[in-house]
Amino acid sequence: MEQTVKNLLGLPELASVHGRDVDQLIIYVHYLMVVLFVGWTAYFFYCLYRFRKGRNPKADHHGVTGHASNYLEVAIAIVEVILLLGFAVPLWAKVVDAFPTEKDNPVNVRVIAQQFNWTARYPGKNGKFGKQDIGLVTPANPYGLHQLDPELKKLDLDGADDVLGGSLEMAIPVNRPVIAGISSMDVIHSFKVLAMRVTQDAIPGMRIPIHFQATATNTYQINCAQLCGNGHAGMKGVLKVLTQEEFDAWIKDKEAKAAAGPVEF
Amino acid sequence: MDIPYTTKARPDTGLFNAKLGIWLFLASEVMLFGALFSSYILLRVGADPGAWPQGLLNIPIGTFNTAVLITSSVTVVLGWSALQMNNFKAYRKFQAVTILCALGFLGIKSFEYSDKFTHYEIWFKDGHRQTGHVYHNGKKVWFWNNKSLEGSPAVTDAKGNVKEAAVPAVAEFEFHPDARHYAAAAPAELAAAPVEHAAAETGHGAAAHPAITVKSSDIRRLSAFVPSHSTYFAIYFTLTALHGLHVLGGALVIAFLWGPGAKMWKTDPERYTNRVEISGLFWHFVDLVWIFLFPILYLL
Amino acid sequence: MEATTHAKHGHDTHAETHHHEPGFMQKYIFSTDHKTIGIQYGVTALLFLFFGFSLMAMMRWSIAYPGKALPVVGSILHALLGDAVSAVNNPDTHQLIGYAMSPDLYNSFGAMHGTIMVFLAIVPLAFAAFGNYVVPLQIGAIDMAFPRVNMASFHCYFLGGVVMFASFFIPGGAAKSGWTSYSPLATVADMGHRFNGQTFWIIGMVLLITSSLLGAVNFIATIIQLRAPGMTWMRLPFFVWAQFVTAFILLLAFPPLEAAGVMQLMDNLFGTSFFLPSGLMMGGTTPLHVSGGGSPLLWQHLFWFLGHPEVYVLILPAMGIVAEIIANNTRKPLYGYKSLVYSVLAIGFISFIVWAHHMYLTGMGTKISTFFQTTTMIISIPSVIILTCLFISLWGGSIRFNTPMLFALAFLPMFGIGGLTGLPLGFNFADLHLHDTYYVIAHFHYVVAPGTIFGLFAGVYFWYPKITGRFMSERLGKIHFWLSLIFMNAIFQPMFLQGMSGMIRRMYDGGAGYSLAKNPDTISALSEKIMALNIPISHAAWALGLSQIPFIFNFFWSIRHGRKVESDNPWQSSTLEWQTPTPPPHGNFDKPIEVFGMPYAYSVPGASSDFTPQNEPGDSPRR
Ligand code: HEA
Ligand code: HEA
Ligand code: CUA
Ligand SMILES: [Cu+2]
Repeated sequence: MEQTVKNLLGLPELASVHGRDVDQLIIYVHYLMVVLFVGWTAYFFYCLYRFRKGRNPKADHHGVTGHASNYLEVAIAIVEVILLLGFAVPLWAKVVDAFPTEKDNPVNVRVIAQQFNWTARYPGKNGKFGKQDIGLVTPANPYGLHQLDPELKKLDLDGADDVLGGSLEMAIPVNRPVIAGISSMDVIHSFKVLAMRVTQDAIPGMRIPIHFQATATNTYQINCAQLCGNGHAGMKGVLKVLTQEEFDAWIKDKEAKAAAGPVEF
Repeated sequence: MDIPYTTKARPDTGLFNAKLGIWLFLASEVMLFGALFSSYILLRVGADPGAWPQGLLNIPIGTFNTAVLITSSVTVVLGWSALQMNNFKAYRKFQAVTILCALGFLGIKSFEYSDKFTHYEIWFKDGHRQTGHVYHNGKKVWFWNNKSLEGSPAVTDAKGNVKEAAVPAVAEFEFHPDARHYAAAAPAELAAAPVEHAAAETGHGAAAHPAITVKSSDIRRLSAFVPSHSTYFAIYFTLTALHGLHVLGGALVIAFLWGPGAKMWKTDPERYTNRVEISGLFWHFVDLVWIFLFPILYLL
Repeated sequence: MEATTHAKHGHDTHAETHHHEPGFMQKYIFSTDHKTIGIQYGVTALLFLFFGFSLMAMMRWSIAYPGKALPVVGSILHALLGDAVSAVNNPDTHQLIGYAMSPDLYNSFGAMHGTIMVFLAIVPLAFAAFGNYVVPLQIGAIDMAFPRVNMASFHCYFLGGVVMFASFFIPGGAAKSGWTSYSPLATVADMGHRFNGQTFWIIGMVLLITSSLLGAVNFIATIIQLRAPGMTWMRLPFFVWAQFVTAFILLLAFPPLEAAGVMQLMDNLFGTSFFLPSGLMMGGTTPLHVSGGGSPLLWQHLFWFLGHPEVYVLILPAMGIVAEIIANNTRKPLYGYKSLVYSVLAIGFISFIVWAHHMYLTGMGTKISTFFQTTTMIISIPSVIILTCLFISLWGGSIRFNTPMLFALAFLPMFGIGGLTGLPLGFNFADLHLHDTYYVIAHFHYVVAPGTIFGLFAGVYFWYPKITGRFMSERLGKIHFWLSLIFMNAIFQPMFLQGMSGMIRRMYDGGAGYSLAKNPDTISALSEKIMALNIPISHAAWALGLSQIPFIFNFFWSIRHGRKVESDNPWQSSTLEWQTPTPPPHGNFDKPIEVFGMPYAYSVPGASSDFTPQNEPGDSPRR
């Protein structure tokens, strides 16, 4: 049943935990819409037929006198309130406030958007990200990492083991909460992974954390949903959802690359 | 078939058309400046520590200017009531004062502007910052030719022959730093001292410190206090310039009614009085805006 | 004060029209007559409507056949815009086939399509054109309160249009950052050129805003001050109420955008950083040399503070027109006139506190988003009430299916669909999936295209006889209606599906880059099914354009050859605009107007005819 409705609406494949609720809400709202639409359309055409000039040459000055319509309007209002307080608000609260804690052992990752690709940063073993500083931003060090500064490098212990996924590629383990800090280096982009039901504007000067949990290993597409220039239509990235083992291997591989030489952007 | 209520008020609304019109127009003006004020708040709240150069404006001058504008507001009212009492002469006198006040205000403001255009902040590579006045071969440097400090590469046309010769970056120049940088905490005795004293210390007694020579190579960024210096000066210049334009516009209208427009006093005194009233309403609004601008830009 | 211009005219309107022939300039360019100005607005706006459509027609080609050479227009574009269009060569022979739309050009066209449609086509047509012509007539006034301000308003509008149009031909081309002009993109998109399209866009907008402000002041003053004796507030035709609220929205919502425009202009020209945060890296290689410290979200707040009220500016006048026509062609009063009035007022107020529902995904917390979701849901109720009242007004009527009525009737379900699909967008948790997809595109086009545009078409067909003294051809009108109805839906209905399945907006290749075909190994790329829809949609769009030929022909042909009206009140309407000579002379009414009753006195029991004009005492009491 639910699946058929989804297909009717054209909802794409789903592979995240909170995504179910998103689809739920979308479907419920559309039930309301369909009911109203069908009801009114039926009434509409009946009127056009019943009260056409040919059939009803003399109009009735008073028309409808009852208050049926008010009840209808109240009903619509009530349904909207239910959808709002029953679903939208609490669910949103869950998504933006209830972040996974240490005991859920989430994966931390930072997603950096730029014209026109995506880069992911991982905190490495110690789970802490290295320091950043706008003052350090240069072509050689676009993220202003302390790690890339000969002096500050020594002081910045957290960052010593950070890992950069190469551009366009990002990996997360399946069935494990992910906390992603979305930010941008230049203009506003929007991090959108359909199957994860995740969309978050990437706004320069802000790092906005989101969290989600993938339910199926696969290779998903990262889209850019916000107009960001002439490369907007091609600004895709790859999100690999891997098993824990594969994921660790992937990180190792990246670490090796990083050790080999300065990270290429 | 004249349009009704152009001079006489409509009984049930108690307004004549133009009066309603100006009130509506002022409502939209409120939204215009309201938006800019909100932007000011948002930018200030979001500013990184030390990036909000408050306290560089000259408070005494600002206060004086406020007084000037308030005076003009009074004279506008007096002028209008004089007209209503059929005393055209007195009206002329009062509005003359108003117009002079307007010009005075603009004059003082432009002086304040030019002062900022020669006042610089330097971000040194080692992280410390200083404000003060830049001198280059003995002359104060204005913001628009501070490019000559940074130097510029030669400009060549397509064929490769030089159009503009390269300007070598100035290796070092004379700098008269202010006693105190705005971001620095006020020293005890300064904090105790009256406000205008503090203002003087943070910018307006260039002699406060001995001149030093600054190496261009030590500089990360150099900027006069122009809009591009920081969001503070961006909003400062935007707000005050927009307000200045309103002052100018208001003054022009009042001056027109005072001079050539006054013919109408003979033909249609009632409408003439209405026009004066309307220009007055606008003038009060312009003053009101400044009453808000002064504290948020100078004091807070 | 403007009345001075009129003082010189004779007092008897007829005498005036005879022995005082103003010259061409006086009559058409510098006219201060609200009717002439209305017509000036109308024709200009219709031309811009067509221009906006043409831009979109070219965009639809790029969406359906990305990278393929544009037939015919391709070379024309190249002649006009030069390198902005990208040359297409035959892969093997390497010789030039034609010219295709470059992503940059697509972005320009997209941004300008939106801007032109909203600010240069629909608002001037719905608010300024119909408002100017009809409102003073409907309230029994001889003109607007400030005729010369009125003229100035049109001149500002025209100038703004010229600036916008010119921006296509300057180096770098027109603005490229969407009609929303989000910073930082708007500032950095075209940095190569100092006075670039964005600069022109802002200047053009400031002119248009000024025009709207002048217009708004004028409308409000007119409606408050110049109502004929007896025309109490509750006797105003609903159209006047709609225009009244619209004027207030324009008056109060536009200035913040003007402020934002000034700030963005400073960012573009004087190196300020109102909307630019610190540490921007362009192209990942060059730090931007600005002070930074600005906020990109500030722009969005200021823009949408206008942006949302603006959308009600797009719809309310159309609702008013539709209400007038439905009352007239059902031959009965509107159902719940009072609730209609209160609803439209409610919309006016609430429209100022919902703007952030366009920004749910900019990292909005629970509290704020709850507030804006709630207001968004609240504001949907008055719209529901208005539509419900209009639907119920049909009951018990004696419906005449003439062309204006057809368009007016079609407006109801079309707006209904558009409005209803606003609801899922209103719940941020659903918007999470739908934001910036074609679902949004479909949502608002249903409201503005088959919604507002149909309302406006209805208005043109309805008031044409008053303006020209001749009817537009019914046959052509019906052809125009049915074709438009079919193709509008053929265009926008599939977009809901595309959007729901994740097709993003503002992609010059219509999503080809994200399609399964190009990325076989990734899940959640766009399926062939969805991609395939692009082509029929585009064809429907072009067909929709062709469907306007009957209208355009009808529009001009009927001026001379249309069926003559047999009376001043051919639709047998009870509102005042039909109580004037046809066309109304300078000064409108040839007899003093006094109002005795409600605007929609149709089929009053005991009345001699099935309509009783507002200015006739009537032979039976009616409120
Ligand atoms: C005239 C224009 C117009 C109108 C009237 C509306 C009306 C509404 N809009 Fe829409 N909207 C736009 C124009 C409009 N919108 C535009 C242009 C955009 C995109 C801007 C951009 O990003 O470029 C947009 C975007 C937009 C968004 C942002 C989407 C996103 O970017 O993610 C949202 C979210 O809340 C929204 C919500 C609503 C709501 C709740 C209404 C409500 O007011 C709707 C209320 C109406 C109803 C509820 C219908 C009631 C009818 C019945 C009950 C009878 C039904 C009968 C039949 C169908 C026969 N709109
Ligand atoms: C009022 C607003 C309005 C109107 C009426 C329209 C009308 C139409 N729009 Fe537009 N559109 C927008 C506002 C509007 N649009 C906005 C704001 C955007 C977002 C831009 C952005 O992303 O920044 C957009 C974006 C947009 C897109 C998405 C582009 C993208 O995201 O990549 C598409 C795609 O198909 C589209 C299509 C259409 C179509 C087919 C019509 C059709 O309905 C057109 C119908 C019109 C006609 C057929 C012309 C009729 C002409 C006459 C009657 C002339 C007669 C002349 C005389 C008599 C003299 N529009
Ligand atoms: Cu990045 Cu669109
Ligand atoms: Cu909105």
